[in-house]
Amino acid sequence: MLTARYIANDKLMPWLLSLTETRQVLAPVQAGGQTLFAPLDENSRLDLKGLADASAKAALLPRCETLFEFHYSKGEGVPSKTELEVRETLPDQDTFLFGARPCDAKGFTVFDRVYDAGTRRDIYYCTRRDKTLVAALACTEPADTCFCNRVGGGPGDTDGADMLFTPVDGGYVIESVTEKGEAFLAEQPLMEAEERKEEARKVREAVSEAMPGGDPLGGTEGEVLRLFDDKEFWGGVAAKCLSCGACSYLCPTCYCFNMTDEVNGDDGVRVRTWDNCMSFQFTLEGSGHNPRDGKAQRMRNRIGHKFSYYPELHDGNLACVGCGRCIVHCPVSMDVRAIVAQARDRALAKEEHAND
Amino acid sequence: MTSTDATNLYLPDMATIQEVIQETSNIKTFRITLNNPDAMRNFRFEPGQVGQLSVFGVGESTFVINSSPTRMDYLQFSVMRVGELTEKLHKLRVGDQVGVRAPLGNCFPYEDMKGKDIVFVGGGIGMAPLRTLLLYMLDNRDDYGKISLLYGARSPSDMAFSYELPEWLGREDMTTELTVDNGTPDWKHHVGLIPNVLKEMAPSAENAFAVTCGPPIMIKFTIEALHSLGFKDEQIITTLEKRMKCGVGICGRCNIGTKYVCKDGPVFTNAQLKELPNEL
Ligand SMILES: Cc1cc2nc3c(=O)[nH]c(=O)nc-3n(C[C@H](O)[C@H](O)[C@H](O)COP(=O)(O)OP(=O)(O)OC[C@H]3O[C@@H](n4cnc5c(N)ncnc54)[C@H](O)[C@@H]3O)c2cc1C
Ligand code: SF4
Ligand code: SF4
Ligand code: FES
Repeated sequence: MLTARYIANDKLMPWLLSLTETRQVLAPVQAGGQTLFAPLDENSRLDLKGLADASAKAALLPRCETLFEFHYSKGEGVPSKTELEVRETLPDQDTFLFGARPCDAKGFTVFDRVYDAGTRRDIYYCTRRDKTLVAALACTEPADTCFCNRVGGGPGDTDGADMLFTPVDGGYVIESVTEKGEAFLAEQPLMEAEERKEEARKVREAVSEAMPGGDPLGGTEGEVLRLFDDKEFWGGVAAKCLSCGACSYLCPTCYCFNMTDEVNGDDGVRVRTWDNCMSFQFTLEGSGHNPRDGKAQRMRNRIGHKFSYYPELHDGNLACVGCGRCIVHCPVSMDVRAIVAQARDRALAKEEHAND
Repeated sequence: MTSTDATNLYLPDMATIQEVIQETSNIKTFRITLNNPDAMRNFRFEPGQVGQLSVFGVGESTFVINSSPTRMDYLQFSVMRVGELTEKLHKLRVGDQVGVRAPLGNCFPYEDMKGKDIVFVGGGIGMAPLRTLLLYMLDNRDDYGKISLLYGARSPSDMAFSYELPEWLGREDMTTELTVDNGTPDWKHHVGLIPNVLKEMAPSAENAFAVTCGPPIMIKFTIEALHSLGFKDEQIITTLEKRMKCGVGICGRCNIGTKYVCKDGPVFTNAQLKELPNEL
């Protein structure tokens, strides 16, 4: 990290509000009994106690965004001829994303590998990524559903963030992670706090040490895949699933989308919206054939994608950051940690059996 | 703000329908050209690649570019009417505008196929992807060995590209066999299922490739027939279909394990298919 600053607790909200003059500030605020990332204003009630209910992914991949607009008009001269005009609509808003947890920030790195992959750049995502500063907030009270430390992260990690806020006595130590973060901090009226870096480091270390461990859930690519044809296993795992999709919509690493057109008279837009592989429609083909026509197949794809396919394609990085939102919010209490652990145990047991 | 300096993966090029051919009761062929003459002149694709066609206001769907890169007067797509977008496409007329995002996906391994005998086996609309490769090979005839085509449809009136069949049937440098499930009194070709006719034809597997495309059930039995004729999995090439959206490996819809049909496919050898998890 480059340099450190300090902001006192009572200065935080005024400072964030001052930022809203030049950009959108997204922060976890209380809304209808939930804590969600939303644009900050004077009336917002910041909630920095724990993990927000939904992830911060909408900052970079909105739930619904217009890709382009189109307009039909009557052609000149020839009345039967219609003309069509298409106009792309790129994001243009600067954003300060405050209070993303380290797992949320790491979720962006999962996106980056797919949306910003060499020659294949998703210009909407990449533009937003460029225009957004990610200010992560180190965790001091991990929930018992948190398992970032079992999937290659940690409550004080900085992957995917431009700067890290660490709560210390009286306020926060802010450390820059990227040059973009450093440049931003250099312009801010914040106190230098080189001497408090150590204090911040100790806070992070203490949280990290206190967090319950457990077997790493990475390195199970082969096991998950070896169970591919194990109908009994996936059927059992998925039996109580309601296909509601809450797990995917709340997940900071789920990035699948749909594209649809919306029209109003002669005008229309093509929008992209979050989609979800737990839904029956996701793979339904025009012929009526559906390669994933059961819950078991869909669950297998979701777990397989996060713990097997994605890591295989992206140097062992998992597409799960351990935020535990899917565990907290699943109406039938599915636990992704348990599913992966069971998959591994079952695959290993099968292997031993085969070697007997 | 709008910017056009970086390529936008999702923004279709505008194109104009130049010709519409009613192939069968539910298949129409569209010949289109890109509105931007430079884009049309510089457009490059390889046999087997696909495009996303847009009807603005309805959406996009995936279709094989079934013209040949050796004949660039227009890009040709043949569309079977099955749902919302294909229904709307079928209503369009010459001069109407569509969007096209192409080329997408991989292509037939036409370089590796040089010097080999080629057996085409197409069923119904599955003839479309074969057509592009067939035309390409006929235009580079000296590069390939014997070329045979077996094309089947439900009935004579379900045969797409009927206006081209006389030429193919008449050519000295290829063998063409047609078959239908249900014949009519004036039908002079085979009546019977494709795999059975294929076994009668008994093409040699030696130094050969077979390319097959059609409904899943037809492909399944065609591959069995090819095996019985001695074709190995590496010699059998087919194309896969999956519901696609982005077409570039991002939206996450078309994966089979780690493979994405939109970018790693749609063309696969049977040997490659056997490596994939069983989720077709
Ligand atoms: C690589 C590839 C190449 C292809 N090449 C060709 C080709 O050359 N020619 C060709 O004709 N076709 C081709 N296809 C198939 C073609 O893409 C589909 O037939 C086409 O997308 C169907 O579009 P549609 O909008 O008309 O159907 P849709 O209206 O989208 O869907 C048809 C049916 O799907 C179901 N469905 C879809 N969405 C929903 C939903 N949200 N809820 C409930 N049910 C739903 C319904 O049963 C519906 O009637 C290809 C496909 C692929 C992947
Ligand atoms: S799968 Fe669950 S625990 Fe993992 S990142 Fe997604 S919501 Fe969080
Ligand atoms: S999973 Fe880790 S980073 Fe995320 S909220 Fe819990 S402790 Fe913090
Ligand atoms: S169509 Fe989007 S990933 Fe293949």
